[in-house]
Amino acid sequence: MTPLLQVRDIAKFYGHRMGCTGVGFDLYPGEVMGIVGESGSGKSTLLNCLAGHLVPDQGRVMFDTRTEGPRDTVTMSEPERRMLSRTDWAFVHQHARDGLRMGVSAGGNVGERLMAVGARHYGDIREQAVDWLGRVEISEDRIDDRPSAFSGGMQQRLQIARNLVTGPRLVFMDEPTGGLDVSVQARLLDLLRGLVREMGLSAIIVTHDLAVVRLLADRLMVMKDGHVVESGLTDQVLDDPQHAYTQLLVSSVLQV
Amino acid sequence: MSDYNFAYLDEQTKRMIRRAILKGLAIPGYQVPFASREMPMPYGWGTGGVQVSAAILTPDDCMKVIDQGADDTTNAVSIRKFFEKTAEIETTEATNAASVIQTRHRIPEEPLREDQVLVYQVPIPEPLRFLEPRETETRKMHSLEEYGLMHVKLYEDIAKHGAIATSYAYPVKVEGRYVMDPSPIPKFDNPKLEMAAIQLFGAGREQRIYALPPYTKVVSLDFEDFPFEASKADHACDLCGADAAYLDELIIDDAGGRMFVCSDTDFCQTRRAAGHIGAQGAPFEEAAQ
Repeated sequence: MTPLLQVRDIAKFYGHRMGCTGVGFDLYPGEVMGIVGESGSGKSTLLNCLAGHLVPDQGRVMFDTRTEGPRDTVTMSEPERRMLSRTDWAFVHQHARDGLRMGVSAGGNVGERLMAVGARHYGDIREQAVDWLGRVEISEDRIDDRPSAFSGGMQQRLQIARNLVTGPRLVFMDEPTGGLDVSVQARLLDLLRGLVREMGLSAIIVTHDLAVVRLLADRLMVMKDGHVVESGLTDQVLDDPQHAYTQLLVSSVLQV
Repeated sequence: MSDYNFAYLDEQTKRMIRRAILKGLAIPGYQVPFASREMPMPYGWGTGGVQVSAAILTPDDCMKVIDQGADDTTNAVSIRKFFEKTAEIETTEATNAASVIQTRHRIPEEPLREDQVLVYQVPIPEPLRFLEPRETETRKMHSLEEYGLMHVKLYEDIAKHGAIATSYAYPVKVEGRYVMDPSPIPKFDNPKLEMAAIQLFGAGREQRIYALPPYTKVVSLDFEDFPFEASKADHACDLCGADAAYLDELIIDDAGGRMFVCSDTDFCQTRRAAGHIGAQGAPFEEAAQ
């Protein structure tokens, strides 16, 4: 089986400071990969490099496109990359405000990607928006409300709906549960897990919350100071951490 | 001879503007940046249109200026005077007698000919401005033809009002490529954008010129199930009786009285002179006395 995403030796520097370096992995279709690490460990830098928001200084990111097989997204042309990012890719921001159009209704937010790929039938767009709002547990009568009238958890769910409406194959998530209270977090995770399994999505989830990766991720990568210090199956890494930093991370989780 | 260079602008500036116009004509709908000059009038009064007109005028031209279709409003009168003074050209109020027509917010009712040029005053040339505030991003969207956002605006209209409520500055797609703001003309005028005359658009403050060559394909954006409709007040002109012209609604007393009149004053006057009378109109000769 061809990996959906092959990452080889990615490095990104901010002047003399290092963002991340020497990162490589394969992601297979239907697999969820977690990236954990403390603040400043290069997680988000790495994610942005993979999603095409930042240009890595070194390395390759091969994505298995639908038509042409594996292509290097770093060197592909910008129109192609932007096309990918609104069809086959999705990006869930930590702050829903970064990923939503706050001045546009919930329905418009969900419909934007459809219209961006050429949907020109209002009734169909509306129907799909209703369907997707239902899937993320937002009631239909909120479809014409603006996201600013939504709670934080609803905004985050709306952002997820907006991203998944075009049936992407790869989802990048940057701390999708950050800033939400625990009960809302739990519901969101439940929802994400359901969607990921149901749609057979591949996902890369960056988080510092070990509970999130325990629930969602098949595999785990632990980052520290821009390097990957440990990687493996989620349960393996969390239950039997080998690297000193991973051990520290696992032992730092508060027990209730 | 007046003390001004012909048509106010110096020759180098006119040359620069002509180059922008030619580039705009070569790429219909593309916004060409140009070094807009300060004009002796405030921004918003048609500084862009005036510069474009100044660059294309010749001493033989006959100029007409309209503001919302009217020849006799402050803006139209002062721009006409401006060119009478600085270019010493002939001016007219008759659409068919003019070779250059500068307009604000309307296209004349009478179809234009191949030997005429229509110059628009444009306040905001960027159709995506209110959807995406970053100019760097909108330029990228134009170059990559990413126009999904434009439909989000129309979607919002239908979601909110049950129909596409955008009634002026209605976005169009030019020759299947660039999405263009036709300046704030009513959407009633959109179908007329495919015409025989050259159309030039000048935005002074925003420093952009764009153009439509004659017979360019111009399509108003819409949804399959909510097609574009060139709407106007459902009424006939109360002065001349025209039922297919764009109308202004006038409040005439404080008891709810109103009348609808053609916004194109020359069109209305011509019709009345030819004997057409609307519901509240008086015969033309009588009214003139």
